[in-house]
Amino acid sequence: MTGLLLVAAGGAVGAAARFVLDGVIRARHHGAFPWGTFAVNVLGSLAIGLVAGLVIFAGNGTDEVALWRLALATGLCGGFTTFSTAMVEAVRLARSNRVRVALVSTIGTLVATVAAVAAGIAVVGLAA
Amino acid sequence: MNTTARVGAHAASWSTMNTSSPEPSAAPSPGPGGRRGLPAHLRPSLIGLVALGGALGSAARYGTEILLPAAGTTGGWPLATLTVNLLGAFALGFGLEALARLGRETPRRRNVRLAGGTGFLGGFTTYSALALETERLLSGGQAGVAVTYALATLALGFLSCLVGVLLGERAGDAHLRRSRAAGSEADE
Repeated sequence: MTGLLLVAAGGAVGAAARFVLDGVIRARHHGAFPWGTFAVNVLGSLAIGLVAGLVIFAGNGTDEVALWRLALATGLCGGFTTFSTAMVEAVRLARSNRVRVALVSTIGTLVATVAAVAAGIAVVGLAA
Repeated sequence: MNTTARVGAHAASWSTMNTSSPEPSAAPSPGPGGRRGLPAHLRPSLIGLVALGGALGSAARYGTEILLPAAGTTGGWPLATLTVNLLGAFALGFGLEALARLGRETPRRRNVRLAGGTGFLGGFTTYSALALETERLLSGGQAGVAVTYALATLALGFLSCLVGVLLGERAGDAHLRRSRAAGSEADE
């Protein structure tokens, strides 16, 4: 139950932060490339990499660590990043004949997010 | 099957939607009591709606994670993340398209879109878990599973979202036809 509440609290903050950041970025970029969603997903992946790094390198397997992981990784990062919006944007681009932008943003987001996770874990590894 | 006419009609529906997305304040649609000037993403009440949806969506994702078998028992495949992402992509495609088909966005529809779409489905689906799981599989020497998992998520996610969008269009149009046939203005 505590875990569920922590996930919900993290998810609330994450989703709200995504809404604000995405809105701020959208207001500045008017091109076809979905920069808002891209930035949110890469930033959230870097953050989950940092959390994962802490659990891997500094975690001591206690319940406390597990609860922090739920609040920050599952809740905050999970609520902050979004797969559904990325897909809607890709479908929208593809259907308006911007197949190349759809492909580049879809594959580009995957590559950049995985690299961001690796970077987050590596940073903690170096510091540990 | 289709072609330009449909693409054109479609582009129109998306642009309708775009004017209602959390974006520039260029065209403020002052709802009743809406604060002119402040774009949606800076209005505390709307941020609160997204937060509420995000809390419920994230909790639902966590529930799915608990219910579905862990990756350790599925050959490394993170089934829970795949499931929420495919369901969420379908649902968001369906919901946004159906809403866009109804016409101009009323404050009520905007609230539904923000709480249900941006909040709930945005919180229900996750990209960070997809990226973390892919990275862990890669660095754990399961490159084959990692690449298959990530690409399958993207391909199936795109397809399920597309199916959602197409069904959403039909649902939205059907709703409009019904309400017009009933001569009701309930829609507006």
